[in-house]
Amino acid sequence: MKKRALIMNDLDNVVTVLEDVKKGETICFKVAGSNRTVKAIQSIARGHKIAIKTIERGEKVIKYGVPVGYAMTHIGVGEHVHVHNTASLRTEGVK
Amino acid sequence: MNIRAYVRADGRIGIRNKVIVLPSVACVNNVAFAIAQRVKGVVNIRHEVGCAQVGDDFRQTYKTLVGIGSNPNVAGVLVLGLGCERVIPQELAHDISKSNKPVECLILQEEGGTTDTISKGIDILSEITQKIQQERQEVTISSLKIAVECGGSDYTSALAANPAIGYAVDKLCDMKAKIVISELIELIGTENFLEKRCQNPEIALKLRKAIERVAEESQKYTRDELEANLIPNNISPGNVRGGITTIEEKSLGAVSKGGYQCPIMGFLSYAEKVPDVEGLYVMDTPSYDIESLTGMVAGGCTLALFSTGLGTPVGNPIVPVIKITGNDKTAARMRTDIDVDVSDVLTKSRSLEEASEKIIKEIIEIASGKPSKSEILNYSDIGINRIGPRL
Repeated sequence: MKKRALIMNDLDNVVTVLEDVKKGETICFKVAGSNRTVKAIQSIARGHKIAIKTIERGEKVIKYGVPVGYAMTHIGVGEHVHVHNTASLRTEGVK
Repeated sequence: MNIRAYVRADGRIGIRNKVIVLPSVACVNNVAFAIAQRVKGVVNIRHEVGCAQVGDDFRQTYKTLVGIGSNPNVAGVLVLGLGCERVIPQELAHDISKSNKPVECLILQEEGGTTDTISKGIDILSEITQKIQQERQEVTISSLKIAVECGGSDYTSALAANPAIGYAVDKLCDMKAKIVISELIELIGTENFLEKRCQNPEIALKLRKAIERVAEESQKYTRDELEANLIPNNISPGNVRGGITTIEEKSLGAVSKGGYQCPIMGFLSYAEKVPDVEGLYVMDTPSYDIESLTGMVAGGCTLALFSTGLGTPVGNPIVPVIKITGNDKTAARMRTDIDVDVSDVLTKSRSLEEASEKIIKEIIEIASGKPSKSEILNYSDIGINRIGPRL
């Protein structure tokens, strides 16, 4: 069964999953009215984010159409995007 | 789009016809309550300030009291004084009367005590009430000044209710309405997003400095927690468990209720008068909902949009507060408090665009006279923000 996710802005490179998702499950969401899917490569809890585009190390994580952080490592499509691989732009260059 | 509202003598537009008893000091709160109970349609403004205050703190309190009395939703005012307080009741009444409405002043120590004051107050208010009767007229939605607020937030606030309000706010600004957002601590991390929308560099600079001030204050008081978590500012372990990764993400979830495109036309101090030029304004308030709403109402907002995930019942004595939730369970459980349910954005993939239309429809109905849930339940919360010691 497909799980649902929400994109906040068409420019975003992450979506928020609306149900708990297990590794290998397909997640569907809508971009500009048309249906899109992404396959989870790991389990992701409801309310957490999954990458729908590749995000290179140092690249911005985009949600609501604006940067909400930067990738500390390479993030692949379907990967969980959270504190283990993303940091606040306010801390950029601190470490 | 049009609403049916009250056109005041000074040209400003109110959407309620409130007559209020406004104490100049907390000492007469009970007398104000007793008077208001006896006259239909009258509400007392209960607050905890008015004396033993100095400097900026006193000035902010005074400005807030004048602002509440001058709000276009208020048709008539009885200023009720004790007689020895720091806020001079006659001055307060005089400054409110500049908004061109019936304003009277009554001082307990001069009237001979509680019972005589109550009796005289009832007489004055029944006369004011007879004077202010008037019909609603058709005016454009541009005459609205709307406060946007969120409280009791959960993940649905950031994903559904706040963005839906944001879409509505962009449309309302296009229709020339004035919108006010507040709570500076929730803006930390959104400086770049907001700056691009500032009408000029002066506003952008003011905003950046104010957010930086609040960020520093919050760090000063929460250093231990911050060092333990290594997460900057106002983001809790619960937030992280819930899926929020950075302060930018958390703040954007809140700030999205201020729209995405509409220009920011000014940065306002607490209770500062909201200008008549359309667009978004940012007001300097704390993140305590009741004090924040009070500041925006004192600035002249006549209606409030309030997003809540967990559900909060907050209301205001002179302004209808429209509760909007993105949480289907809260919408069902707290149906006597919630005005608009946009949870189908999450449960049925309804678009934020459609949800915003639902909000605008409710704004038009409530602005034109339909009571909000907080009004039906007689909520009358007032909290005046203190910025100095009580001496």
